[in-house]
Amino acid sequence: MLVTHIWWEFAFRWLHIISGVMWIGLLWYFNFVQTPSMPKIPDEQKPAISKVIAPTALFWFRWGAMATIITGLILAGMSGYLLSAIKLGIGDHVGKNTAIGLGMWLGAIMWFNVWFIIWPNQKKALGIVQVAPEEKPKAARLAMLASRFNTMFSIPMLWMMVIQQNRGGAIF
Amino acid sequence: MKNPLDSLGQTVLIGFILAAVAHLLISAFSA
Repeated sequence: MLVTHIWWEFAFRWLHIISGVMWIGLLWYFNFVQTPSMPKIPDEQKPAISKVIAPTALFWFRWGAMATIITGLILAGMSGYLLSAIKLGIGDHVGKNTAIGLGMWLGAIMWFNVWFIIWPNQKKALGIVQVAPEEKPKAARLAMLASRFNTMFSIPMLWMMVIQQNRGGAIF
Repeated sequence: MKNPLDSLGQTVLIGFILAAVAHLLISAFSA
């Protein structure tokens, strides 16, 4: 079988989606399952979450985010809309490029939050790096709010990503 | 005032509102 450009595009779209499922799946796990459950877990059992499950989940979460943005940028480049999308389709009057561009910017902000706000603060909150005891609750709060912010952004981000693919963005 | 991000329900609701507003704006400007 001839491996054509369209097959490479499919391969990167598939990689982008499975990486994104890993990332957003774990984001929603943190927000819909782990965080609301923590107050209900007895103190002596909490280390199972903070020392074992959360660090493992955070590993796949942040590297899922990294794989998603890299494969997404390659995919946009291969598909020919990277520059138009980055400038939100302004001047091009192509609604689907505005939509995917907005989705890409939302995703990029979320990626930044993961690597530069959530992960550094989770390392402090979980004791992966040592900080003064009074810094831990502040770090946990900041990580939680950034994670919630990403959950909020994930809704319009996925809306824009999906609609661009929906009959070639014909809805616009 | 309480931070709306403290509520998971409000977080998701704001996300849907943002998506709907963005959609309407794109529809209006790409016509």
